[in-house]
Amino acid sequence: MNNKKIYSRRAILAASAAAAGIALVKTTAGQLVHALVPGDKPPADPTTIQGVPSGKIGTRSPFEQLVKKPSDISARTPLQHLVGTMTPSDLHFERHHAGVPFIDPDRYQLLVHGMVSRPTVFTLSDLKRLPSFSRIAFLECSGNFRTGKERMTPQEVCGLTSQSEWTGVLLSTLFREVGIDPRASWFLAEGSDAAKMTRSIPVAKGIRDGMIAYGQNGEALRPEQGYPARLFLPGWEGNTSVKWIRRIEVSDQPFMTREETSKYTESIKGGKIRQFSFDMDARSIITFPAYPVKITKGWIEIRGIAWSGRGKITKVEISTDAGRHWAPALLQMPVLDMAHTYFRYIWKWNGEPTEIRSRAVDDTGYEQPTLDQLVAARGKEMGGYHLNPVTSWQIKRDGEVLLKPEKWK
Amino acid sequence: MTRIWITAILLLNIICGGCDQYATEEQNNPLFGLGVPATDTLIRKWDDDVRPDGKGFPAGEGDARSGKIVYSQKCASCHGANADDNTFGKLVSLPGDTSKSKSVGSYWPYASTVFDYIRRAMPFNAPGSLTNDEVYGLTAFILAGNSLIPDTVVLDASVIPKIQMPAMRKFVPDDRNGGFEVR
Ligand code: HEC
Repeated sequence: MNNKKIYSRRAILAASAAAAGIALVKTTAGQLVHALVPGDKPPADPTTIQGVPSGKIGTRSPFEQLVKKPSDISARTPLQHLVGTMTPSDLHFERHHAGVPFIDPDRYQLLVHGMVSRPTVFTLSDLKRLPSFSRIAFLECSGNFRTGKERMTPQEVCGLTSQSEWTGVLLSTLFREVGIDPRASWFLAEGSDAAKMTRSIPVAKGIRDGMIAYGQNGEALRPEQGYPARLFLPGWEGNTSVKWIRRIEVSDQPFMTREETSKYTESIKGGKIRQFSFDMDARSIITFPAYPVKITKGWIEIRGIAWSGRGKITKVEISTDAGRHWAPALLQMPVLDMAHTYFRYIWKWNGEPTEIRSRAVDDTGYEQPTLDQLVAARGKEMGGYHLNPVTSWQIKRDGEVLLKPEKWK
Repeated sequence: MTRIWITAILLLNIICGGCDQYATEEQNNPLFGLGVPATDTLIRKWDDDVRPDGKGFPAGEGDARSGKIVYSQKCASCHGANADDNTFGKLVSLPGDTSKSKSVGSYWPYASTVFDYIRRAMPFNAPGSLTNDEVYGLTAFILAGNSLIPDTVVLDASVIPKIQMPAMRKFVPDDRNGGFEVR
């Protein structure tokens, strides 16, 4: 009815928004659409000039240059630039073994077979017709600790953790549909990437809270996170949440795939190798102030995230004097199970050099250890997976904030 | 021994507060009957995993000599002429190798995994292109290179499950369980 009116209004806006231009913008579907984008420079006074009209997809302010930090096999979430607990989907960390596959959702199939009474193939629309479950939870790679240099950001230290709302079908639903054999104890999850990535998972975990997720933050999964469907196992090391899942084989023993023997196992004391170390232990990191920010004297709110794969965070403590004294930070409600929890702590910096750090406690009573405690428990030869040490930031006299690098080998 | 601790893991997973929170949500739902019965053809096409106990191994055979030929053509460019290059994971620790880097010989607990992984994911630039005979041969070449089997052994579905890997005894279950102790 008033299409015309909108059109003309749009035309006027386009004409009068002096700094704006029409550009080709890529939608999430990869479609190119025309959209009005602001010019390079904002006007001196935005109240004196019409803004850009509404568009087909939202944009990120050109002033917010948020990027992941990619390598050949992974890309890290810029934790220091995020606020709150959710990770925008395009900034979710990535880790894959053979690149991101390109999958046609109409040809997608999930095969469930093995110790089940009805071996079944589900299409994506079958999965979407089953009861749809959502939960907010973090996903973290088990190899998520880097140190060694002062000039390292939270992204570089532990940017392989991200948080989303995941939506999909509970495995308990799927197992009921196919009639799982009560004697079954493990299942193999296999991806449809070029690594045909495989992990063996205890059926008990699948039934407890596992899901086949097809949604991430209100829309379809991103290809980098497993489009069109992935396994999601809250609280467990990221690689077990097999992406691009195409097959589940139910069994009564683990398959001992390469990703649970050669990789994702870790050396511990006495020449032993720990296997099937699924749970992500409690951890926290201060994301502000952290390198590369510089601070000035006075009141500062120290902020960060804490999480545990075993349940809820019950406490985060902050030390602003290199670990001599600790005081509880405020936990931002609601605190969810197996989810990034935002913490805040008000501190007055007096301008003297010091060190700030955080440590998390979860509802099992587990307290985030120091690197020394981890070395004492696992030995100097300990492997690089499941390292969750307390991370310290040095505050220099000039207000520079630098990582306190650590060594154990 | 393996059995015992695998059972232990399962128990740990079952004993936990509020476990069935999500499972019970589903208890009263009907069976939807969605999806179609999986055909044997699809299952045969996709089900290519092999287990330590021998389940899943296909027909075929190969020895270190045949494996070496395939290796030099299809693998050496990335893994080194002697398979001891550590860039993408060391396949072979040659006799006298004192480095601590992990290799199939020093770290892998099951011989079945070598077969499974090569068949599933290698060569990296053409995954899924090897014949079963080639995979048996490559597995033999890597195991023999690590002195885990004699050069002359012909591997097939019945032999691989019998191979003892020395790293097996190093593997222990995860003993972390939350709580006060750092492990
Ligand atoms: C184009 C390079 C390339 C070629 C050719 C190649 N590989 Fe690989 N290989 C890799 C990469 C990269 C990885 C590591 C993949 C990963 O980590 O997910 C790897 C990993 C492996 C592993 C696991 C190592 C470990 O420590 O877990 C084995 C075994 C292996 N390759 C065997 C082979 C065999 C046998 C061939 C020949 C048929 C072959 N590869 C050909 C690149 C290659």
